[in-house]
Amino acid sequence: MMAKLTIPEEELMSPGHMGCLGCGATQAMRYVLKAAGKRTILSIPACCWAVMPGVWPNTCLQVPELYTPFETTGASISGIRAALDALGQEDINVIGFAGDGGTADIGIQALSGTADREDDVLYIMYDNEAYMNTGIQRSGSTPLGTWTTTTPVGVKGDWEKSPKKNVTAIMAAHGIPYIATATTGYPEDLIRKVKKALSIKGTKFIQIFSPCPTGWKMDPALTVSITKEALSTRAFNLFEIENGVYRITMKPKKTPLKEYLMKQGRFRHMPDDLIAKVEAGLDTAYENLLHLEEFTQKKAGSSQ
Amino acid sequence: MVKELLTGNKATAYGAMLARAQVIPAYPITPQTTIVERIADLISEGRMEAKFVKVESEHSAMAAAVAACNTGARAFTATSSHGLALMHEVLMWAAGARTPVVVVNVNRAMGPPWSVWADHQDAMAERDTGIIQFWCENNQEILDTVIMAHKVAEDPDIMLPALINQDAFFLSHTSEPVDVPDQEMVDRFLPPFNPKEKLDVDDPKGFGSLVMPPQYMEFRAKMAKSMDMARDLIRKVDREWEELTGRSYGGMMDMYRCDDAEFILFGAGTMMSTAKDVVDDMRNEGRKVGIARLRILRPFPFEEVRYLADRVKAIGVMDRTYTFGQGGPLYNEVNAQLYNHTNPPFTKNYVIGVGGRDVIPRHIRSLFDDLEKVQENGYGEEGEIHWWGLLDGSTPKEEM
Ligand SMILES: Cc1ncc(C[n+]2csc(CCOP(=O)(O)OP(=O)(O)O)c2C)c(N)n1
Ligand code: SF4
Ligand SMILES: [Mg+2]
Repeated sequence: MMAKLTIPEEELMSPGHMGCLGCGATQAMRYVLKAAGKRTILSIPACCWAVMPGVWPNTCLQVPELYTPFETTGASISGIRAALDALGQEDINVIGFAGDGGTADIGIQALSGTADREDDVLYIMYDNEAYMNTGIQRSGSTPLGTWTTTTPVGVKGDWEKSPKKNVTAIMAAHGIPYIATATTGYPEDLIRKVKKALSIKGTKFIQIFSPCPTGWKMDPALTVSITKEALSTRAFNLFEIENGVYRITMKPKKTPLKEYLMKQGRFRHMPDDLIAKVEAGLDTAYENLLHLEEFTQKKAGSSQ
Repeated sequence: MVKELLTGNKATAYGAMLARAQVIPAYPITPQTTIVERIADLISEGRMEAKFVKVESEHSAMAAAVAACNTGARAFTATSSHGLALMHEVLMWAAGARTPVVVVNVNRAMGPPWSVWADHQDAMAERDTGIIQFWCENNQEILDTVIMAHKVAEDPDIMLPALINQDAFFLSHTSEPVDVPDQEMVDRFLPPFNPKEKLDVDDPKGFGSLVMPPQYMEFRAKMAKSMDMARDLIRKVDREWEELTGRSYGGMMDMYRCDDAEFILFGAGTMMSTAKDVVDDMRNEGRKVGIARLRILRPFPFEEVRYLADRVKAIGVMDRTYTFGQGGPLYNEVNAQLYNHTNPPFTKNYVIGVGGRDVIPRHIRSLFDDLEKVQENGYGEEGEIHWWGLLDGSTPKEEM
């Protein structure tokens, strides 16, 4: 007897993309499309994924894709949905697929507009924690202590000085029906979340932690295993927020942050006291998440 | 056809309704605001069937409009000054993406200092984007142009966005009697938008992806060709509209009493209506004067300018804004066409009415007097470019 497949067989991303070896963002796209299926329209802003499909007239994507200026993903998917409604076309998924820079920084205004209007779209933020397409500059999503080309270590230690921007909290403040985080190392979880999001009407948001060996100065062979360590060190957490109710979808046993950091050149300069500070911040954030889960679940339970 | 008393902004909203715009992402800004309000009303009254996307900025308005167009819906939006400037990146995108979004722009001064009054800098700054530019002088022309612009922009040979300009307050907030055409007639004139290429889940394609240098230049040359082809189409659409309604806007340029004129004033917008009135008076006095009103800025009406150049002694170019360091924009445009022209006429630039200053009949008369004088005697102390009516005494007091 064959084991039941947990991941859809259908491939909507052909081989031959232009991403780097071990690129997590390519896995993110592949899994999102597996979950979404053929009846999907994608909007992609400037980011690595604006290049990865290939040079015109080639593309590795088998769904219609619309490229859009860097900061316009939210507006673009709203426009597509409005047009589909005007034309009476139903049952089509509209998905924005943007990087962390295009989401947390330059595109946050348009995204906020989309969420505020409750437009029926799914916004995916693939998060590689910097501007990779332009050659590894810091973004709002870059963690505290990180080396990038605009946060050099130099002699003065000008590494990234602020913690990773909490984009899911910003989206939660919009009161949208579904928010989730996922990572490429856990495709079943990722696919389940995308499918769930697409079954819900309104604006949905999923942040996908997507390793970038090039920008992280990391061995491409670690692209899957590093996500596991990101979770166990609380550098990234997997959860969903459904109608305001938090649910942490993976609670791995804690491992020391330093082991995760030292596998990546972008962190290797970090002195122990800085690592301790980062670790304390991540632990607090995780505790807050546990509290949010407990509080919102209790509240939802008591109101039923 | 019904005659209604409409402001320029109401005429704009009616134009979008009659053109059956399907997706309208828009953001309010003085003096465009009542366009957005009126469209919201028309939709909620059930008179207009469109998706109104209440975006959070003009940048998003244009981005959503482009995406809607790519999806196969007719898209319309309206803005003014700072809003148009914020759209700049996406205007270029719309042109490159070959999405025929129609944008009405209420011409308003750019800050600082803050000013909400008529000025042409907003639109002039967008000359290089690849957007077709129409210019209007009255509210009838605005309504008609919204419909005509969709027809031109959406033509399979053209597929470029269009910008329609109307002066702040002089048109946007001033009521005039306007013929509102029958929907049925407009439907005959303007077929539904049905682009050859669109986002389609049954025929997936990519739109706007990366190209290498050899292809990029080919794409740009195709845009250039379409923009050039728009000239003949604009003339043709103008004739068709005239057959249906009796109204023509001169095709590529609105020439008023130019046939035997020796001295011409060329300019854009409402001040040219005033100028036409003055020309009537001056003609009665035996002066050979005429008005060439800018109807289309892009593609530039070079044949029309050269036609005039063969006939007149001098062209005074009125600019309601300035290109800092390089004279008025229209002056530059006209002169560029006259270089290489055998025996070009004399030209002079009048910068006038900037930021909503009144341009009254006396000014127009003074400009003609000045033009005749300098054509005879050469540029005086003021030189080739005259900021008309400055408080520094450079313009004779009695002419201010
Ligand atoms: C308005 C604008 N500013 C800057 C850029 C340059 N730019 C292109 S992609 C990019 C960074 C993208 O970062 P992110 O969104 O994180 O995606 P990634 O490249 O990491 O996949 C930048 C700065 C641009 N295309 N448009
Ligand atoms: S730079 Fe990073 S995100 Fe971009 S293609 Fe390479 S591995 Fe993927
Ligand atoms: Mg990134």
